[in-house]
Amino acid sequence: MLIPFIWMVSTSLKTPGETVAMPPVWIPDILQIGNYAEAFEAAPFGRYFLNSVFVTVLSTAGELITTILAAFAFAKIEFYGKNILFTLLIATMMVPGEILIIPNFVTLSNMGLINTYAALIVPYLASVFSVFMLKQSFQSVPKELHYAAKVDGCSDFRFLWTIMVPLAKSSIVAITILKIIGSWNAFMWPLIVTNDRALRTLPVGLQAFTTEAGTQYELLMAAATIVVIPMVIVYLFLQKYIIMGISKSGLKG
Amino acid sequence: MIEKPTLKSTLRAWAYIAPMIAIIGVFNIYPILKSLAMSFYSDYNFYQDVVYAYGWDNFIQIFNDSNLFLAIKNTFIFVLGVVPLSIMLSLGIALLLHNVQFLSGFFRSIYFLPFVTSTVAISIVWNWIYHSRYGLMNYFLGLFGVDPINWITDPKYSMLALVIMAIWKGLGFNIILFLVGLNNIDKGYYSAAKVDGASDLQRFTNITVPLLGPTTFLVTVMGVISSFKVFDEVYSLFQGRPGPGNSALTVVYYIYEKFYTEYQYGVAAAAGIVLFLIILVVTLIQMAYNKKFVHY
Repeated sequence: MLIPFIWMVSTSLKTPGETVAMPPVWIPDILQIGNYAEAFEAAPFGRYFLNSVFVTVLSTAGELITTILAAFAFAKIEFYGKNILFTLLIATMMVPGEILIIPNFVTLSNMGLINTYAALIVPYLASVFSVFMLKQSFQSVPKELHYAAKVDGCSDFRFLWTIMVPLAKSSIVAITILKIIGSWNAFMWPLIVTNDRALRTLPVGLQAFTTEAGTQYELLMAAATIVVIPMVIVYLFLQKYIIMGISKSGLKG
Repeated sequence: MIEKPTLKSTLRAWAYIAPMIAIIGVFNIYPILKSLAMSFYSDYNFYQDVVYAYGWDNFIQIFNDSNLFLAIKNTFIFVLGVVPLSIMLSLGIALLLHNVQFLSGFFRSIYFLPFVTSTVAISIVWNWIYHSRYGLMNYFLGLFGVDPINWITDPKYSMLALVIMAIWKGLGFNIILFLVGLNNIDKGYYSAAKVDGASDLQRFTNITVPLLGPTTFLVTVMGVISSFKVFDEVYSLFQGRPGPGNSALTVVYYIYEKFYTEYQYGVAAAAGIVLFLIILVVTLIQMAYNKKFVHY
């Protein structure tokens, strides 16, 4: 299971001669840390990295806000049209996202947003799936708490942010992390809506680099490592929440 | 106090929902309808977004395109190659992790790692692993006396290469779901069966398998749906081509080609509708099967 990762890191530290040595070299004689510098020189990975961070942070923050507000209304307020709306939203989850790409591309190009950060971020500012997940955990907050707060003169809005959100913390953390991972690794959409080199995110930049780097596999593996490392770190620190998010989404989605 | 909907509560609720609905409406609900409409555009100027004529032309065109059928066939091969094997492997590994506590946390972390990392990065690494002369795969096979295989360049093996990588990548996700399912099984059943003298195998087939039914169903449905949409893996593993000689052309890749490289928006939308219908039918079949054979 780990071999591809070990092989990636090991190759990224080899000399060109060692990459093609048979039998394979697992530990290079001298660690070629310079490969990383060279990869950064050959393609603007620093720029790609910042783009990825920027897009991931904004779309995650935006999705959290829209999700928390909507999930609260669905979980705690009775209103006309609730069931119809909720059913409609759940129905949209059945449609493969790939179908949306063409009309979304047209919409964004009508708005003149192709080749902008907005194209990478705006469509991902909300997700039915996270609303659905968070609604479940908001519902488990007892009604009495809400009543008590109201009696004490606490507004809905304040109740939501000061009481509900902290109580549903672990679900919120789980959706946040899943969103970060999804956004960081997104490929097809960023590939389609950006042609501009300066707007590339890491996966798109890495893919482009494969044609640029040709057969310099030690550089390619260094670049792949650069893309993979941040999520590995996120994962190692927060795996409890990721696994919870997956199992929850799996069981209830 | 908040039990019954009123005009006031409705307005308030919609205010909370508005930001989400605005985004979902524009980028999810509208495009679903729009892409259905687009599939019937027979004469369309996409620069100005003007439609001159509607008709079945797009569907007629794709159903006369042997590449679409190739893409559908390849996608089915991919799904059938990945899903059953992945489920068997992940169930086996989940059982091991569940029963052997030693180091199970460590292994669980490892199995899950491919799932969180970029498909593009991983595919590029696998592209190197599959290299016919310098790749690890052929080196290992060579140790067992297998002649080098041109994984990436031989149309006969490209799908196999894709399937192996996809199984590796998806294992962790399935393992987690199976572990949750195993944890939900009441230990009492096993104790009772033990008292009655049931063997390990009997306990597995008569308790574990049936009680894992709902989990297995879920893992299968999710695996099938996501496998039908495979794209990133193909694009990166074969470096921007659908495999040698279209041997790994999948339905989403077909849509991508029609849309992005050939600018045939209507045709791509029609292919998208076909993909949706295929997934829908397969999911409905699975659900019917589930109703008949899985008992809660």
